[in-house]
Amino acid sequence: MADLVEVDGVRKAFPGVVALDGVSMRVRPGTVHALIGENGAGKSTLMKIITGFFRPDAGRVTVRGRTAMIHQELNLFPSMTVAENIWLGREPLTRIGLVNHRALGRRTSDLLAGLKIDIHPDERIADLPIAGRQMVEIARAVSCESDVLIMDEPTSTLSEREVDQLFGIVADLKARGRAVIYITHKINEVFRIAGEVSVLRDGRMVGSDAVERLDRDRLITMMVGRELTQLFPKSNTPTDHVTLAVKNLSLTGTFSDVSFDVRKGEIFGIAGLVGSKRTEVAETIFGLRRPTSGTILIDGAPVDIDSPTMAIRKGLAFLTEDRKMGGLFLSLSVQDNMEVTALSGPFVSMGFVRQRMLYAACGAMADTLRVKTPDLFEPVRNLSGGNQQKVLVGRWLLTSPRILILDEPTRGIDVGAKADIHRLISGLAAEGAAVVMISSEMPEILGMSDRVMIMREGRTAGILDRRDANQVDLMRLAAH
Amino acid sequence: MTRRRLSHEAGIFLVLIGIALAFEGLGWSVRGTSFLFSGQRLLVMVLQVSIIGLLAIGVTQVILTGGIDLSSGSVVALSAMIAASLAQAPTARAVFPLLTDLPVFVPVAAGLVTGALAGLVNGSLIAYTGIPPFIATLGMMVSARGLARYYTRGQPVSMLTERYTRIGEGAVPVFIFLVTAIIFHVLLRHTRYGKYTYALGANAQAARVSGIRVNRQLMFVYTIAGLLSGLGGVVTAARAASGQAGMGLSYELDAIAAAVIGGTSLSGGIGRITGTVIGTVILGIMTSGFTFIGFDAYIQDILKGGVIVTAVVADRYRHRGIQA
Repeated sequence: MADLVEVDGVRKAFPGVVALDGVSMRVRPGTVHALIGENGAGKSTLMKIITGFFRPDAGRVTVRGRTAMIHQELNLFPSMTVAENIWLGREPLTRIGLVNHRALGRRTSDLLAGLKIDIHPDERIADLPIAGRQMVEIARAVSCESDVLIMDEPTSTLSEREVDQLFGIVADLKARGRAVIYITHKINEVFRIAGEVSVLRDGRMVGSDAVERLDRDRLITMMVGRELTQLFPKSNTPTDHVTLAVKNLSLTGTFSDVSFDVRKGEIFGIAGLVGSKRTEVAETIFGLRRPTSGTILIDGAPVDIDSPTMAIRKGLAFLTEDRKMGGLFLSLSVQDNMEVTALSGPFVSMGFVRQRMLYAACGAMADTLRVKTPDLFEPVRNLSGGNQQKVLVGRWLLTSPRILILDEPTRGIDVGAKADIHRLISGLAAEGAAVVMISSEMPEILGMSDRVMIMREGRTAGILDRRDANQVDLMRLAAH
Repeated sequence: MTRRRLSHEAGIFLVLIGIALAFEGLGWSVRGTSFLFSGQRLLVMVLQVSIIGLLAIGVTQVILTGGIDLSSGSVVALSAMIAASLAQAPTARAVFPLLTDLPVFVPVAAGLVTGALAGLVNGSLIAYTGIPPFIATLGMMVSARGLARYYTRGQPVSMLTERYTRIGEGAVPVFIFLVTAIIFHVLLRHTRYGKYTYALGANAQAARVSGIRVNRQLMFVYTIAGLLSGLGGVVTAARAASGQAGMGLSYELDAIAAAVIGGTSLSGGIGRITGTVIGTVILGIMTSGFTFIGFDAYIQDILKGGVIVTAVVADRYRHRGIQA
C-alpha cells in the first residue's frame, strides 16, 4: 500500500529563522511513527505543513486521506459538555435542523465506551481534571475517523493508567490500518509503541529508521547532537537541618494529614498519579489555598502563610505545573516575565524600578540558564517550551529562595533543556536550598530525589529513601 | 518591550498623520484654505478632547488589567458638581452660603477626592465581590449620574470664583492633560505600580503566584482611574464656569475609543499612554476636521464610528503580520 504521508525536501522559513530545511519523511499505513526532537527543532512546523496549515516554501507534500491532530495545548471549550466538544460542528441534527441531543449523547457514550474512557458525555470540560480533558481531546480526534492521526505530546498530562489506555487506543488504530504520527520527548515511549522513528534537529531530519535498529543512547545523541554523559547529575548531600516541616496538613475535601520535612540541601520528591492532590499540597504551602488544619514550620518556627506574597517573603518559590495558566505573561517580554518577582528589595527605590540594574540581573540569569532568545525584549510567547520554563525558573531564582517547590519542572520540554534544569536543581540543593520536586516521571523522581513521598488520593502512601526506592515500589504505593 | 512597541506606536502615529493630511487636502479643495496651519485651530483641536484625554489615561490603565470603566463620564459630572459647589463666589443663591469664596485648593481637592472615592468603590466591588468590571462600573455610571442630579436637585451650580475658572481658561486644560500623560507614562513604565498592572492584565493567576497582591493592585488602578475622572470634572466645571449634572455625558465611550485606537488591547496587558494620547488627538482632529469642512453633526458621528473601527481593524492586521 502507498505511503499515507510523503514529505520531500520541504523547506519553510519565517522572518529571521529557517524552521525546516530539506526535510523528508514517509509514513506508512498501519504504523506508529514517532517524531522526536528538542523544542524548536521544527516538529510543530512540520506537522502544520502536513495538516495543510502552512504551505512549504519549497519541496512537496502528499497526504493520502484525511488528517487529524491532537494538540499539546488543549483546544476544548471549558463551558461546554464533553459531547458538545467532541462533535462540535458535526452534531447530529433532527429533521428541522436542531441539534439532536439524544443522538449526540448516545454517539458520545458509544465512542467513549469503545475507547474505554470513563467520562460522562454530559460533564462540562471545566469540571474535568487535566488528564480527563486530554482523554476527551483524544476521543475527539479518533471520532474524526481520519487516516493519519497526529499526537503532539499526548502523555505529558496523563498518569500511568491513562497512558496505558492511550497506548491501547494507538495499538487499535494501528491494527485498523491507520497511521499515527507520535510526537514525544519521552524516549521510553518511542520504544514502547513506535515502529519507526524520525529525529529532527534544528530544522533538519537527522535520521529516520525502524525502532529495532536504534537504542536509547543513540536516539538521545541524535536529538541533542552531543553526548549526554549523565541525565541526572547528582551531587548534593542533605544536611541535618530541617528547613521546611509540614505537620498534619489538611484541606477538607482535598487532602488530609500530610506530613513531611525537607532538610537543607535535600531534594524531596513527591510522586503520585494525576489526581493524588500533590499540586494542591504545594499550593497550600505556598499560600494559594488556606489549610483547614495542620502547621507549617520554617527553620523550626511555625509560620502562617496567607498569600504568595507572604510565602515569597519567607523565602519560598513555587514553579507551577501549568506554564501558560499559572506562570507566563504571554503578551510580555522575556525581561518582563523574569523580573516580576524581583520588583522589591534592591531593585526598587521609592517605587521606581532601577531598570539598568534589573536588566543586568536578568541578563546574567538568562546566560546562566542558557535561555535561547535573541534578546530580553523578545515576547516570551516566541520562545520554545523549554526556554519558557527556564525563564520561569530564572524568575524564581532572582528571589534567592531557600525553599523551592517545583511542580513538574520538566514537563513537555526537550532533553537538552531538561538536563540543564536537572543540573540546576542539583546545584541549588548543593548550595543549601531545600527543594520539593513534584514529578510524574518516575525516572526523574528516582534519579533526582534524596527521598520520595508517594501520595495517593490526598494521603501520604509512604516515604522512601533514595536507596530503597525503585520504580516498582513507587507504582505499587501510588496506584494501590 | 521597547522596539516592537515603538513600531506599533509609529503605526498609529502614521494613521494620525494620514487623517491630518486628508483633512488638509479636503480643506484646500472645499474651503480653499489650510486646515493644519492655524495655531488657534490646533489648540482647540486638543482643547476639546483634553477632558476625554484625562479619562482615557485612566481607562487605559483599567483596560491594561483586563477590565473596563464605564463610569468615568458620570464621575466627571459628580466631581464637577461637588467642585463647583465649593468654588462659588459669595452670592445669595450659593449651594453652601457659608462656604463661598474658598481658596482654590478646596474645590479642586473635593473634586479629586470624589473621583477617587468613586474609583475606590469600583475597585473594591471588582476585587472583593468578583463581579465583572463591566457591571460594577455600569452601576457606578448610573448611580454617580443620579447623585450628581440629586446633589442640587438638578439645578446647575454657577457663579464660580475667577481663581477657580482660571483652571479651565485658554490652554490650561491642554497643559493639564499633557502633564498628566507624561506622569502616567513614567509611572507605567518605570515603577512597580506600572509593571504590576501589565502583569496583572497579562495573566492574573500568574501575577498572584508571583507575589502580586492582585486585589490591592486592582483597587489602586480603579482608584487612579476615578481620580483622573475627578480631575476631568474639576477642569470641566472650571471651563464651563459652572457645574451641571449633564456634564461628561458618554465621555466614557470616547475615552475607551481613544485608548483602543491608541493600541490598548481589551484583553489586557498590552497598551501604552503614548498610544492613548495619539488616539485622543485622532478623535480631536476628526471633530475639528469635520466641522472645518462643514459636515453636518449627525454625519460626523456616523463617520467617527467608522474611523474608530477602521483604525482598530488596521491595527489588528498589522499585529497579525508581526506575530506570524
